[in-house]
Amino acid sequence: MDPAFLVLQSLSGLASASSLFVIASGLTIVFGVTRIVNFAHGSFYMLGAYIAVTVVPRLLDLSYSPAAFFLGVLISALVVGLIGVAVEVLLLRRIYRVPELFQLLATFGIVLVVEDLVLKVWGPVDLAGPRAPALRHGVEIMGQRFPAYELVLIGVGPLVLGLLWLLMHRTRFGVLIRAATQDRDMVGALGVNQARLFTLTLFLGASLAGLGGALQIPRVPANSHMDLAVITDAFVVTVIGGMGSVPGAFLAALLIGQLQAFGILVFPKATLVLVFALMAVVLVVKPWGLLGRPEAGSGRVLPPEGILALRRFRPPEAALAAVAVAALLALPLLGDAYKVKVATEILIFALAAFSLQFLVGVGGLVSFGHAAYFGLGAYAAGLLVTGPLKAPMALALLAAPLAAGAGAALFGFFIVRLSGIYLAMLTLAFAQIVYAVCFQWVEVTGGDNGVVGVWPAPWAANRTVYFYLVAAVALCAILGLRRMIYAPFGYTLRAARDSATRAEAIGLGVRAHRWLAFTLAGAAAGLAGGLYAFQKGSIDPTLTAIPLSIDLLVMVLVGGIQTVMGPLVGAAFFHALKDAVMPLTEFWRLLLGLAIIATVLAFPRGLAGAADAIRGRMGRAKPAAASA
Amino acid sequence: MAVPLLEVAGLRAAYGRAEVLFGATLSLRRGEVVALMGRNGAGKSTTLRAIMGLLAPTGGTVAFEGRAVTGWEPYRIARLGLGYVPEERRIFTDLTVYENLEVGRKAPTDGRRPWTAETLFSIFPNLAEMRGRRASAMSGGEQQMLTIARTLMGNPHAVLLDEPSEGLAPVIVEQMAEAVLRMKREGIAVLLCEQNLYFASAVSDRAYVIEKGAIRFEGTMAQLEADEGVREAYLTV
Repeated sequence: MDPAFLVLQSLSGLASASSLFVIASGLTIVFGVTRIVNFAHGSFYMLGAYIAVTVVPRLLDLSYSPAAFFLGVLISALVVGLIGVAVEVLLLRRIYRVPELFQLLATFGIVLVVEDLVLKVWGPVDLAGPRAPALRHGVEIMGQRFPAYELVLIGVGPLVLGLLWLLMHRTRFGVLIRAATQDRDMVGALGVNQARLFTLTLFLGASLAGLGGALQIPRVPANSHMDLAVITDAFVVTVIGGMGSVPGAFLAALLIGQLQAFGILVFPKATLVLVFALMAVVLVVKPWGLLGRPEAGSGRVLPPEGILALRRFRPPEAALAAVAVAALLALPLLGDAYKVKVATEILIFALAAFSLQFLVGVGGLVSFGHAAYFGLGAYAAGLLVTGPLKAPMALALLAAPLAAGAGAALFGFFIVRLSGIYLAMLTLAFAQIVYAVCFQWVEVTGGDNGVVGVWPAPWAANRTVYFYLVAAVALCAILGLRRMIYAPFGYTLRAARDSATRAEAIGLGVRAHRWLAFTLAGAAAGLAGGLYAFQKGSIDPTLTAIPLSIDLLVMVLVGGIQTVMGPLVGAAFFHALKDAVMPLTEFWRLLLGLAIIATVLAFPRGLAGAADAIRGRMGRAKPAAASA
Repeated sequence: MAVPLLEVAGLRAAYGRAEVLFGATLSLRRGEVVALMGRNGAGKSTTLRAIMGLLAPTGGTVAFEGRAVTGWEPYRIARLGLGYVPEERRIFTDLTVYENLEVGRKAPTDGRRPWTAETLFSIFPNLAEMRGRRASAMSGGEQQMLTIARTLMGNPHAVLLDEPSEGLAPVIVEQMAEAVLRMKREGIAVLLCEQNLYFASAVSDRAYVIEKGAIRFEGTMAQLEADEGVREAYLTV
């Protein structure tokens, strides 16, 4: 290959690495100190870009110079830093001690709110930014032209790394950040006001995200999808580098930049997959990233969030459940076609949410990518019936759980090796692989448009018949999973969730059990996905995307993460609400985001904690008994 | 008699549902060294953690410098002039020795001359030699000295010192005793958790004995040494 081409390719990789590092460094610093994985970091990045496309042109009107351009970029970064301060003071400060799942959901709530606000303020059209004066030309390198602005970007990464190093080693604030990254409670006991330290840290982190976004405007127009696109990349960089490690983030950004630059030559369609595959490999070899270290035992002593005490239905509850099922089954006799459609979807999401509860509530495996398995099932079923095979529906519905289960077994093999936040990040990464494949492999999956014409077999084409089919399949699958929760298998999973080391010590194979649980949950979600494909008549990448994963988590959360059957109620409540409210408002995401944040703030110790608090207030000393 | 510097009354604390402290009452006067003795699990460390605010007390009161500080955040209690040296040391191993001291630095609340890294290095010469080195490269004894030095950087009027002699070689224990006596000479009161009667008696004026979360004995160090019954009942293993 032409050496000049390789050099240029490598330079372009360095430019991406530089941008990625600026963003990821902020994320990793904030995580190190606050131990919160901040989804909203992507929103900060997006806000940086939007503010820059607003501010920079005004400054360029005053003085058309590179100085004005970069001043505008810096102003944007600082404004975003202040927004970060507001987020810390209003929200994050209140949730430092809540379970990780709740923290992640709360920061995702911010993402939803910001997305809708950005659409409201700046409109749905992509906004192209101005190019930097005096940097619009190409520079000749080995006979090829390379954009001058990209060369500047290449310099920005090391510059930011150097400045951060000075900050971290030459200022008291930086030393305190490093100390708090290791043991924030001890820092507090030495007289440091943690709240102020955290606020300043958020200012620094959000500014870096804003800087990253503002620097992008000559390359990428500001758009409302930048947040989730960048956050997964930034997660990957921080996880590969080791969460909390700035030099690690730099190293990881370099690796990923080059991997993308050269990967695109070898596998032009699989760049996203390559990145996540790198992450999986690194985490298996070094579970805490390249330069990270195991989380110290300092701080968090939280009761596990999940099903704490199992009991069976009491007679009134059994009667109630029977009535609910009967009412649901009688629905086609009473309701119109639309109600039947909604009821069918509720049954499908109930199965998906229940399978997630099986993972989270029973197994303690907080999955942020459960939509992957739902989507795998949907795509397996959809592609089988529409593809060259033209398989019958029955076969497709059999293939859905098998395909999703196989995917879950493959990904789960890596996932169950980790725990806590790293596990959540890896589930997210794998889900993004599935999403990327569905999105990029256009010949097979139809890419963004998906595939239409996924209709049920003629005998089940009637909505009512399909409803009963879904009801039968979903209820059987739910009862099957429920049986496992009450079996020794479920007890083993809960033991492993509460203390993996103690469970190992009494001879339980924690990893094998978790792997099996992950596979089973994936298969069940896949079955739900298959059913959904026929219900909807089409498949598309949103069935594998982050928002669906979050929806499923919200269903579990709303229904009650410490209850066995609660997620079914959560699915019904959430889906019915979404169905009713979404058409009425253009601010569905805003409302959902605020609702998530309010839920987390209302139950700061988790729902189990809230139940405890209520019991305490009622003055009963009975041990906690979760509803069955 | 003047109001004690630190006054703890009926302090209760629990880890989740497991109650550990059942109303501990003790006091520390300006400039004195008091030993809080007891076996493993008696509630010594929990008492210190609850005083410091690291564990929210479920009952009782803590007063320091004449102010009720019960339920305050640790940093506010520390800023009033109460230092804390945890049993696990909790050195910032990623930071250098000098940076560890920097984290502890805090202006004195009275007009006294502040401790500086240099004065502390003169007391702990071992630390001076490794000031630029990462704390992870230190021995256990050196780390213990560093935690004390780090706390002194905050110019405390009183220090809660949790089992400073634990797991250290005898020659280091001697140095620890020296350090405690030095603090006493500087006018810093010390509440010392100890199991080692030899160490405690070498430095302390008074002693409390704690067992099952409550104070069982209170007296001068000499009285405790003379009282074989108390020692048999609560201290010998």
